[in-house]
Amino acid sequence: MIARLVVLALVLFMTLPTLVVVVASVNSTAILSFPPQGLSLRWYENALTYPQFRRAAVNSLVVTAASAALALPIGTAAALALVRYPVRLRGLWNTALLSPLVIPGVAAGLGLLILAARLGLLANRGVLIAAHVVLVLPFVIRSVMVSVANLDPLLERAAASLGARPRRVFRRVTLPLLRPGLFAALLFAVIVSANEFVVSLFVSTRVTEILPVAMFTYVVNYTDPTMAALSTLFVAATFAAVFLADRLLHLARVFQIEEHR
Amino acid sequence: MTGKTVVALEGVTKAYGATRALDGIDLAVQEGELLSLLGPSGCGKTSTLNIVAGFVEPDAGRVLLDGRDVTRQPAWRRGLGVVFQSYALFPHMTVAENVAFGLRERGMPRREAEARVAEALALVRLPSAGAMRSSQLSGGMQQRVALARALVIRPRVLLLDEPLAALDRKLREEMRAELREIQRAVGITTIFVTHDQHEALGLSDRVAVMNAGRIEHLGTPREVYQRPATGFVADFIGASSALEGRALDGATVELAGGQRIAVRLSRPLEAGAWVRLLIRPERVEPGDGGPNTLPARVTSAMFLGDHSEVRLELPGGVRVLATVRGAAVIEPGERLTVTLPPDAFLEAP
Repeated sequence: MIARLVVLALVLFMTLPTLVVVVASVNSTAILSFPPQGLSLRWYENALTYPQFRRAAVNSLVVTAASAALALPIGTAAALALVRYPVRLRGLWNTALLSPLVIPGVAAGLGLLILAARLGLLANRGVLIAAHVVLVLPFVIRSVMVSVANLDPLLERAAASLGARPRRVFRRVTLPLLRPGLFAALLFAVIVSANEFVVSLFVSTRVTEILPVAMFTYVVNYTDPTMAALSTLFVAATFAAVFLADRLLHLARVFQIEEHR
Repeated sequence: MTGKTVVALEGVTKAYGATRALDGIDLAVQEGELLSLLGPSGCGKTSTLNIVAGFVEPDAGRVLLDGRDVTRQPAWRRGLGVVFQSYALFPHMTVAENVAFGLRERGMPRREAEARVAEALALVRLPSAGAMRSSQLSGGMQQRVALARALVIRPRVLLLDEPLAALDRKLREEMRAELREIQRAVGITTIFVTHDQHEALGLSDRVAVMNAGRIEHLGTPREVYQRPATGFVADFIGASSALEGRALDGATVELAGGQRIAVRLSRPLEAGAWVRLLIRPERVEPGDGGPNTLPARVTSAMFLGDHSEVRLELPGGVRVLATVRGAAVIEPGERLTVTLPPDAFLEAP
């Protein structure tokens, strides 16, 4: 009974901020407040029509897609190398590749800012994408490493003995068997990149800024519930993405297969 | 066996760090024969197989396939069939897709490949398993699929790496017989790696007994059992008891208990030399009737159905293991006489 109460309290505590935001987003008055004074969807309209948000949303899509597309192959290669091959200084590589997890975003952002300024690339979206690649890599590498560790190297030998050249072995055996890890990696990459704020704040301009940064800028300047509406949409979009991924890619099932091995 | 050499290893060496896994292996596998590499773990038998398969490159020496040097050729070019102990079936494919793997890599048209897959599955007596996943199959069935997958590409040589080790005993014995039948039917040159002497003796045309990276004895199962070339081989293959003593002349040995026994060895003994003789338990005959009849005391007896394994102590504390046929009741402490035929002895180097 007590255990249940504790769990309930925890769940409430974890979901409360989201609930507050959702409720505040339908407030009819122009102040971010709780509880709401009346019901209205005007802030949703405002959020969806505000030009800077539209631009930022497009930026977010581009940056997230590009960084995931880059981080997946790089991370997979790194995971294969770290697990499979007798890499010299393996520990050092491991630490270096996973360091973005522990380096404070402010430090990383500042470093990138100085570097980008020095190279005259401040207004370039490439810098932002590069930063996101670095930030999502640890998640990609970790996820794929688990799958690589579960992959029996004899399967690849068997494929080779049957006449498959290395590229074919990779395509027909290695890659399909890494699929669970790759799906998880993709999911992590998208979520981390879409929500990244601190580093992005440093290396984006008004033109290249992504949604979280645009939202922050907005909330600094205005205090109406548009932010709450946009946040609600953001949460809904993330949920939808995870749900779709689960449905379409059978995440639960592939994860189970991995556990059973 | 036509006597044509299919696979030849010449002076093959391989070291892993400081350990010499293979120390100058010379081996010629003849057309159509089944040759076993037999030895304890770490003797280099699997390394030898991996070098033949092309999974591992030797440090020195050459690998010849039909007289062609393939030492530096990658595995996928060699066209050999390999069956692994863990079967290594592709878990993301059905049985039929597993078997068709090598055919697809060879670009065979789908219909032709399907016919060949069906043929291969019929050969291993799994004609209707094509649509199943490997995870749905029992160990024995997985083994058959792995065999079908290796044979369907019509490999020049079949390499089997402890293919039966993961099966339970009864199934293992069935598969052993079936493997031999299939191998004979297909007539394929086969190298079989095992640590199980029964498998090696029962299955092979020739056995290469390996130890510490070397081949100690290469011969027919009968030869390696009856006339082992080295003490290791005598010790490793079959059970044997050691009797130590001093040679009185070329054919007489005085044991520790003072008994004099006549021996007939492949070469005469040097008088006065200290010798170590080996005798197989089934050559120790209960009762008297020959020159070397000795009294013995039973120290323990194990009834094993069709025979009993009896540990005996000769006067002077020499221990001998004997196999007694039949279901006779033998009790520890019992006294009996045994005969050790002179030609039953092997000299341990």
